[in-house]
Amino acid sequence: MARSRMARSTRVFAAAATALLAVAAAGCSDSGGKDAEENDGGTGGGGVNTPRMEIAMVTHSAPGDTFWDIVQSGSKQAAAKDNVEFLYANSEKDDEQARLVQTFVDKKVDGIIVTLAKPEAMKSAVRAAVDAGIPVVTINSGAEYSEEYGALSHIGQEETVAGEAVGEELNERGRKKAVCVVHEQGNVGLEQRCAGVKETFSGSVENLTVDGASKPNVLSGIQAELEADGSIDSVVTLNADVAAAAVEAKGAAGSEAEVATFDLNGAVAKALESGELTFAVDQQPYLQGYLAVDELWLYKTNGNVIGGGQTVLTGPAIVTQEDAPELKKFTERGTR
Amino acid sequence: MTTTLPADAKAPDERLLHASPLHRFLGRPELGSVIGAVAVFLFFALIADSFLSSLDTVLYAASTIGIMAVPVALLMIGGEFDLSAGVLVTSAALTSTMFAYEMTANVWVGVLVSLLVTLAIGFFNGFMLIRTGLPSFIITLGTYLMLWGANIGLTKRIQGTVSTNAIDDMQGFESARVLFASSLDIGSFKLRVTILWWLALVALATWILLRTRWGNWIFAVGGNKNAARAVGVPVHRTKIGLYLGVAVAAWISGQHLLFSFSGVVQSAEGRGLELHYIAAAVIGGCLLTGGYGSAIGAAIGALIFGMAKQGIVYAQWDSDWFWFFLGAMLLLATILNSWVRKRAEAAR
Repeated sequence: MARSRMARSTRVFAAAATALLAVAAAGCSDSGGKDAEENDGGTGGGGVNTPRMEIAMVTHSAPGDTFWDIVQSGSKQAAAKDNVEFLYANSEKDDEQARLVQTFVDKKVDGIIVTLAKPEAMKSAVRAAVDAGIPVVTINSGAEYSEEYGALSHIGQEETVAGEAVGEELNERGRKKAVCVVHEQGNVGLEQRCAGVKETFSGSVENLTVDGASKPNVLSGIQAELEADGSIDSVVTLNADVAAAAVEAKGAAGSEAEVATFDLNGAVAKALESGELTFAVDQQPYLQGYLAVDELWLYKTNGNVIGGGQTVLTGPAIVTQEDAPELKKFTERGTR
Repeated sequence: MTTTLPADAKAPDERLLHASPLHRFLGRPELGSVIGAVAVFLFFALIADSFLSSLDTVLYAASTIGIMAVPVALLMIGGEFDLSAGVLVTSAALTSTMFAYEMTANVWVGVLVSLLVTLAIGFFNGFMLIRTGLPSFIITLGTYLMLWGANIGLTKRIQGTVSTNAIDDMQGFESARVLFASSLDIGSFKLRVTILWWLALVALATWILLRTRWGNWIFAVGGNKNAARAVGVPVHRTKIGLYLGVAVAAWISGQHLLFSFSGVVQSAEGRGLELHYIAAAVIGGCLLTGGYGSAIGAAIGALIFGMAKQGIVYAQWDSDWFWFFLGAMLLLATILNSWVRKRAEAAR
């Protein structure tokens, strides 16, 4: 009995496998896919002959976040050029992030790059690094704390300033009522972005909380908001993945609202080109990662400080339909 | 005392009594949740202007939870949990889109490969459970974390970024999209295909539970595993089958996720959703200890979840309090459920 059942399931499995192979053989796509990928040219190149050094980056990123992936691409590119061993660690929990910094201090790396999204929690860890003689560069958010904690310089975008730029852009487009989609409640950076929009926008702004863990949830949340209030004429999303859901939601709700977003990815570039998105705010994450490594290398080898100790702003840069074709090339490579 | 009680000769054995339809209805696990659903519905219909005119969106939100809540409810009736269900949806979506893209294959090939991979993961869950005898909570917690990491790690390794490339220009995309992510306008009602999938799964699961031998086995293994085995119920096969059921639903949800957004899937998505599925099943009358519950109940649980989630937005309540309101609504609905059920049982 058992044997015959096993034999039967083996046969079923074999049949399924054969069928699948047959489909696979006949099932090639003539369009798109890997085969259509252009060779975008390597970004290798010669390096320097300064001594090998270790630079560590510790961020407050959640695992698998597109934005931080681009920051890392920038750092790795600079590291390859500067003969640097690039180390990376991240944790969304502030105590864990501080511990990671301490680990790299104990490891006696040559430089540390850190984000100050939760400044108070990072204070002692950053001080410990500086006291141990390790130069620290801060990136992304937390510009106002960078100098106080003893970092060389800060490279990033002021979230509030970026929000204000969006508010002004909305004014220019004659918008009246905007909704700001918060996909992660309690994230200071996101709240600051929405607050910035509120600051400069002459119309009214409301925040909308959605469940960022699943895109269908984000979609139905935004759709509900658009259906509940027909006077909304613009939707501002705070990351690239949410932007795609907002475009879908707008279509489903039959709304005329314009969608704009913070941050870029391949889909955003495409949507900008087709006009589904009106504009995006780029804070150039690649530049944040790249410049931070370069800064530490310059400081170590030549005592330079980019920006002379002042905050080096990488954004906000507003990109629109006109910039889309150029942008698409870079976003597909994961560097913009 | 061995004397028999002076039985009333006219009263027949209570087991042979013909139950009236009302009594049978009062004994159903989903009864309480129906009342809860009606209450939530009336509440939002009264206070939120656009709630009634946007029922299609509400049903869509309910269906994305409901598709998963149905097999999760069956699994819970069978006495087990699956914490990996949320990220498994993302795994299914990632497998389809990356396989199709990397092999430049017809999108349908990716979709089928994804079904096999998802089933394999479901089988792994079930197999580990019966082989190790550990609680399913810890086994699927392990698979949950492993899948979460593998989703991100493999996507990064294979495609270089943490979200996948678009495949909407590839062959087979449009036809697969019709099956998994299309919608049909009936007047002003936008019928999303997920709603049909949801209803079909509820019907199938209810039929299995109430009309087939498999259904009896599921109740039996969830009630008392050893007693079930003693009377000849294939406990192992039943449990593996239940995990395969979750896998199939995760595959359907994953394909929806993928085809709604041109094949671009964010690899870290899906965390926390497993609790929404379990919550929907419990709101719908499933017991956390197994052996009791229904597929229709789970569907109604998902409906309550969807109505509360959307209703809060339609009612334009302060968005900072969104999660608080959602939690409070679900708790109230569930308290009402169990109160009604107890009253109904007492009245019988």
